[in-house]
Amino acid sequence: MRKTNALALAALGTALTMGLAACGGTAGGGGNTSSGGGQGTGAAASAAKHNDGYTKVVNASDTKGGTLKFALSDEPDSMDPGNTYYAWNWNFTRLYARPLLTYSPEPGDAGLKLVPDLAEAAGEASEDGKTWTYKLKKGIKYDDGTEVKAADVKYAIARSNFTSELTDGPKYFAEYLDAGDYKGPYKDKNLDNFKGIETPDDHTIVFKLKKPFAEFDFLVANPQSAPVPQAKDTGLDYEKALASTGPYKLDSYEVGKQFNLVKNENWDQATDTTRKQLPDRIEVQFKQAADDIDQRLINGQIHVDLGGTGVQPAARAKIVGDPKLKDSTDNPFTPFNRYAMMSTAVKPFDNIDCRKAVQYATDKTATQAPWGGPLGGEIGSTAMTPTTVGYKPFDLYPNGADHKGDLAKAKEHLTACGQPNGFETNIAVRGDRVKEVQVAEALQASLDRVGIKTTIKKYPSGDWSAQYAGRPDFVHKNGLGIMIAGWGADWPSGFGFLSQIVDGRFIKDSGNYNMMELNDPTVNELLDKGIQTTDATARNEIWTQVDKKVMESAAFMPFVYEKTLIFRPSTLTNVYVHPAYGMYDYTWLGVQQ
Amino acid sequence: MTAPAPESFLELRDLRIHFPTDDGLVRSVDGLSFRLDRGRTLGIVGESGSGKSVTSLGILGLHKGGSARISGEIWLDGEELVSASADHVRTLRGKKMAMIFQDPLSAMHPYYTVGAQIIEAYRIHNDVSKAVARKHAIDMLGRVGIPQPDKRVDDYPHHFSGGMRQRAMIAMSLSCDPELLIADEPTTALDVTVQAQILDLMRDLQSEFNSALIVITHDLGVVAELSDDILVMYGGKGVEYGTAEDIFYRPEHPYTWGLLASMPRLDREPTERLLPIKGSPPSLINVPSGCAFNPRCTFAGRTAGKATTEVPQLLETDGGHLVRCHMPRAERRSIWENEIKPIMEST
Amino acid sequence: MPGSDPPGHPGRTIVVAFIVRRVIAAVLMLAIVSMVTFAIFFLIPRALGQTPEGMASRYVGRDATPEAIQGAVERLHLDDPILVQYGRFAQGIVVGQDYSLGPRKAECPAPCFGFSFNNNQPVWPTLLDRLPATISLALGAAITWIIVGVSVGVISALKRGTLMDRAAMTFALAGVSLPIYFTGLVSLSVFAYTLGIFPGGGSYTAFSDNPIMWFQALVLPWITLAFLYAALYARLTRAGMLETMGEDYIRTARAKGLKERTVVTKHALRATLTPILTIFGLDLGLLLGGAVLTESTFSIPGIGKLVIDAIRGNDLPVVLGVTLFAAIFIVVANLIVDILYAVIDPRVRIS
Repeated sequence: MRKTNALALAALGTALTMGLAACGGTAGGGGNTSSGGGQGTGAAASAAKHNDGYTKVVNASDTKGGTLKFALSDEPDSMDPGNTYYAWNWNFTRLYARPLLTYSPEPGDAGLKLVPDLAEAAGEASEDGKTWTYKLKKGIKYDDGTEVKAADVKYAIARSNFTSELTDGPKYFAEYLDAGDYKGPYKDKNLDNFKGIETPDDHTIVFKLKKPFAEFDFLVANPQSAPVPQAKDTGLDYEKALASTGPYKLDSYEVGKQFNLVKNENWDQATDTTRKQLPDRIEVQFKQAADDIDQRLINGQIHVDLGGTGVQPAARAKIVGDPKLKDSTDNPFTPFNRYAMMSTAVKPFDNIDCRKAVQYATDKTATQAPWGGPLGGEIGSTAMTPTTVGYKPFDLYPNGADHKGDLAKAKEHLTACGQPNGFETNIAVRGDRVKEVQVAEALQASLDRVGIKTTIKKYPSGDWSAQYAGRPDFVHKNGLGIMIAGWGADWPSGFGFLSQIVDGRFIKDSGNYNMMELNDPTVNELLDKGIQTTDATARNEIWTQVDKKVMESAAFMPFVYEKTLIFRPSTLTNVYVHPAYGMYDYTWLGVQQ
Repeated sequence: MTAPAPESFLELRDLRIHFPTDDGLVRSVDGLSFRLDRGRTLGIVGESGSGKSVTSLGILGLHKGGSARISGEIWLDGEELVSASADHVRTLRGKKMAMIFQDPLSAMHPYYTVGAQIIEAYRIHNDVSKAVARKHAIDMLGRVGIPQPDKRVDDYPHHFSGGMRQRAMIAMSLSCDPELLIADEPTTALDVTVQAQILDLMRDLQSEFNSALIVITHDLGVVAELSDDILVMYGGKGVEYGTAEDIFYRPEHPYTWGLLASMPRLDREPTERLLPIKGSPPSLINVPSGCAFNPRCTFAGRTAGKATTEVPQLLETDGGHLVRCHMPRAERRSIWENEIKPIMEST
Repeated sequence: MPGSDPPGHPGRTIVVAFIVRRVIAAVLMLAIVSMVTFAIFFLIPRALGQTPEGMASRYVGRDATPEAIQGAVERLHLDDPILVQYGRFAQGIVVGQDYSLGPRKAECPAPCFGFSFNNNQPVWPTLLDRLPATISLALGAAITWIIVGVSVGVISALKRGTLMDRAAMTFALAGVSLPIYFTGLVSLSVFAYTLGIFPGGGSYTAFSDNPIMWFQALVLPWITLAFLYAALYARLTRAGMLETMGEDYIRTARAKGLKERTVVTKHALRATLTPILTIFGLDLGLLLGGAVLTESTFSIPGIGKLVIDAIRGNDLPVVLGVTLFAAIFIVVANLIVDILYAVIDPRVRIS
């Protein structure tokens, strides 16, 4: 699951609104941006409308020069492409790290397609689907002018997946590659002992898998497949001395403070169809106050909130009330589905009709409100989200045109469940997540209408998975019938989204994400079948079936497909929302001077 | 309306000092008049709240600029001070007139050495170098009987004993040779032997400097030691004025009798009160009608009903001896001779 | 007088002995603080059933393999007995320690407070790196508030009851009541984003890089932070001044014939300021340990911003480091204040 950096300081909301009320200026209107770039041409603001960046490229321009400024309220786990799990960083690291494949630079569903980046073409799978071969483009150089070799890709994957130092990124390669008991390049300096990948020549790389995996192309679109020369690797310190293959290279990095990139002269546009190289310089400030980032965005002092998780409640309120500001925003889906899981192992939810009663009784406009209403999420009815490859909309539990619940149906299923007057159960929630607590309260009020009495139990998010909701024995013992959770896929396919949360064989004693403990043989078999199906269309059809099966179990109840409200200052050029990241494509941006 | 300047060195004419407060007007001093010549000592006695200290601060002009309403006249060496500017009165303070405060531990600044405080007082009025002023400070400390003054000059007030502090305070007050010296309860905080030393010291210094001295106290013993003349105050007014002999041997005001009778004496149990003054000092906001002392006066019934209706005047009873009482002079003398004096002498 | 101490005065040797004793006490204090902090973050979780793996799982990626977690346990020595862990921590402070970066080891020379769990940076150099920002903020604000607060307080006391006094005290009440993140955001919104007089948040620049930028970026944070404290100090000063002006020694000073200005500046202020200076010392010491709200609001990379982020990110070594660091400042500030107090107020005997 991807991490977001939503350190929302909701309490600041009202304070900021009050402060801003006195302001009333519009973006760039002050002509007082701190970047030394002549007169601000705020008056000539683009005529772009709300959500234009979602369907097309706003402010298309090939103007070069200037400094592109990012700010982030958090700091990254690492700027090392091999050692990061933040969604925004899988987007951002592409500025200096080219993986084998990447997503097509287009808005809308077209952007979910993989295109060659370092590789010449998509992977070539063997007949049994266990061997994947990629050919590297020739002439791709690091920023120091040396040529990229296949062994560097192999080394990059070895270091990011097989060492105890680089722990922050995902470990899919360790899971799927047939590497025996390889100890990793830090304990075993001889790369030949890493049998999971073979490099027959400098431009060919062959992945050997334990079992067939039809979506392997998605794995190599992760920045972990960006090459790292073994001689340049300094382990945890590599983020401070990156070898760049992208249009930018590292200028300076002060950990926890700022990260600056300058143009990489050794990058060749001819080999790279997905990126642009417009700004002279790219600056990132870390650990900036979240509300202040919004103010600076609106006033044109910075260009992008790097996290891509949207503006804070205070700025949101201001933007919603100002049509001009709203035209400078987009409202994309994030990869996240926000949902409740009903434990099939906790009475009376072992009975499907009791689960269905909850599905029908829930007022989904009430559970949508805490996310910020329609701007914060669209009411969901499937396990997969709209920006997942293979998503097909359907609704098995229609609860009224206004989504306020179908109480008659709910009562019907309660009777069928043998609980005509309702029952008592618990709702588990991460107590330090304000929105999720509010959702739990809305759900509680919904269910109360049909006699389902619930008690809200709050647990700390830090140990949520390791100690509480992620431990089936704890769930059983404490009768946690309903658990409020969320999930975002590591890659936008049905498998990427579903396997961890619906596969019965992934039910773990601790750190369990299949909290409903759904162990449906049909679902498990479909997942196995799908991941071995090389034909994408057929495979995506299977994911839709899995989604239907999961929803038929009635144990999974989606609240919303999460959306964010992101701001694009008028000085930002070439802006569009990339669907694979749910944020702007950071490799395309330029700035007006 | 102002009468010509008097011949006396100090003369107060109908001085009134009132303080407006949230509860009403506090008439701390309400029509006080007296005279004092150089070389003479006036003792002002009375309970707390009788207006003694307010009077002395009023003479120094320390109520100026505050909320106090001041009327009447204060003549000092031919100058009228009530109508004089605050700044002019300030130039007189410390030099022409000075004050010895009670409780010198709180009256001296805790953060400055004794010497520094004397030096400061001296240099306000004398344009001399610090070294000269320091020498003068050491001299003064020596004259008031501080041993090793050249060392103790650098001590802080809290390093001194109570008696030494009082001496230092006196040294500070006398540093500019003031012509009028007001001592407010100069010995209250001290033990008996030290009291005696301080009183001796003040008497000596007064004769040496030939200054006019006002001693304010509730302790008749101190007054007896020092004073030529005595003013008894009650409720912001003078109720009896006369020479020390007048007051001690021929007192005519019932309040004075009470004070005398409550003087501690070696031959009597300290708790024994022959003629107690019942009740408590009067409110200065709602002054009792008629004679302010009437609610506490044993003899109020002998005034033919005037005690509660008419404010008595301060009238001369004998050459220079003034009394504020409704009772006829003969009756007052008779009561003193026949009722009070025998009791005081009997035991 | 040279060569001879008047009776009751602290001798030079006494002062030295006092300082030595206090320094020893301070070091002991810090040792205890380190133990207690360590216990809070490491001993108590374990006593409550936290396994070394559970602890390690927070510091590796989301879907970490058991091998990665085991690797982290070994790398961070989380499976050692707590006493051994504390010993290693204490040893690190005294003699330093090594830390595996992968292909090579990083040296962490003494005093080594360990490495951040979140970004693997050594804690001590990070603290030193953040210190100038915090010092810049704290000192500038402190100078502002002591001047403004004391002046307003003195004038208010002297003009007691006037319109000016009432206005100043209303303003001061606002300053005390309004939280910094409110005043900070409002001042940013008005002065930085609407009027454009000062740069916005995140514009802090090191003094050594660009003194002018440093100053411009800090004006708003200084004023914001100083506003709160100036309000506090104005109220303190006013109350102290009113009390002092009623003291007998002020009457004495007037009775000497001193000008009112001298009475106020030399006699009243001296006594009023002494307790305020001691509070000032402690406040400053506390602030040097990090002005969390101001640094957060203005995105100043100081100690306070560091620690609040570390707390949010469960970054125990950084939290531990900052706690000790702040404790050092507070202990040192206390020591200095005690010594200063003895110098300023002759009634305080050093013993």
